[in-house]
Amino acid sequence: MPIQIEIISPEKVLVSREVDMVVMPGAEGDIAAMPERAPMMLLLRGGVVSLYENDTVTDRYFVGGGFADMTATRCTILADKAEPVSAISIDNATAALEALTEAWDKADKTDISRLDVLQDKILSVRAEIDAGSSSL
Amino acid sequence: MASLKELRARIGSIKSTRKITSAMKMVAAAKLRRAQVSAEAARPYAAAMRRMLGELAAATKGEEGAPRLLAGTGQDKVHLLIPITSDRGLCGGFNSNVHRLTLQTIKKLQAEGKTVKLLPVGRRALNFFNREHADLIVDKVIGFSGKDVPFSVASDLGDKVNALLEAGEIDVCTLVFNKFQNAMTQTPACLQLVPMVMDETSVNTGAASVKAEDAAQYEFEPDEATLLAMLLPRNLQVQIYASLLETAAGENGARMTAMDNATRNAGRTIDSLSKVYNRTRQTNITNELIEIISGAQAV
Repeated sequence: MPIQIEIISPEKVLVSREVDMVVMPGAEGDIAAMPERAPMMLLLRGGVVSLYENDTVTDRYFVGGGFADMTATRCTILADKAEPVSAISIDNATAALEALTEAWDKADKTDISRLDVLQDKILSVRAEIDAGSSSL
Repeated sequence: MASLKELRARIGSIKSTRKITSAMKMVAAAKLRRAQVSAEAARPYAAAMRRMLGELAAATKGEEGAPRLLAGTGQDKVHLLIPITSDRGLCGGFNSNVHRLTLQTIKKLQAEGKTVKLLPVGRRALNFFNREHADLIVDKVIGFSGKDVPFSVASDLGDKVNALLEAGEIDVCTLVFNKFQNAMTQTPACLQLVPMVMDETSVNTGAASVKAEDAAQYEFEPDEATLLAMLLPRNLQVQIYASLLETAAGENGARMTAMDNATRNAGRTIDSLSKVYNRTRQTNITNELIEIISGAQAV
């Protein structure tokens, strides 16, 4: 029995189809959405969402953090930013990483909540670069 | 009466004005289509966001210490108004409608003894409020309209609002923008962002759809409060984004209508000027003939 996967970015719907399994990067570890799963709401970190059909990965999408809403029959991923892994621009990502690293160096080290946000962003961009270079 | 030469020049200049306005109308129509498509494409995200918020709000109902974005600061003293307009004019009453509604709201709030702060979005709003209420402006966002609106504009604006709120500088935040109804009509409206107005139906339908789908309880990872705290700023950005897209579509719709009117008016002016021109021409000929004939008779 397949599961309906939707990957939605603020601008548009990227994917809406049926697959066998979806593995996504949860904030506290990777999680697979499969049919008949107990409903769950999940915070995502930056990383790659893999769509499985017949035990093989058919599509990989990079998401830069977001939320996932899983039920027994469907899985909706609300991504802050999403694109197919093949479309990642490593140059852009590297530039973004440099800008973030600079912001980190300048940031007030006592302001924990700000540092947390920056750290999440840096990790997300690093994951994007990893995903982009692994697909080459 | 104007001379023939003057009339010819005026007709010529109105003709070129008509060419410009009709070209602007075409461009606005094409941009309107694009803007409507992107507004359409942004809808699923907002819908899914509302559903998740509904589910979460149902799960966290009655818990203490709700985030500020949801509950506000508990006070009602400092209001932040965000008028959203386009960067360019020539679109009829589109921008001045927002200005007027914002001014009314400012007046009303100040009469109630509240402090008002302004965060104009779009060059037209910035210029207008720089003249009217320069002392109230705390920040501005300009220079994006006319193109496809990137989400980053909305997320930056959302972050700014959130920062002001967390710093305790504002208590209530309201958007003033043109709701897009169709290409002809845009109505200015206020939308309160903070504290969030959870319309009961969305909360209820959200919870109800969950119950219908699976009676089992939702799992949350991490816990509900953390998720809610992450989801709320995102929801703020999405609402701002939606209103930016509506403004973009409305601007082009309003410009299309305004330019259509202008083109038609130009045509009408050209008609009446041509009539005057022809009449003057005929009068001149008649006068000349009379002069010649009376000259001949005198001989």
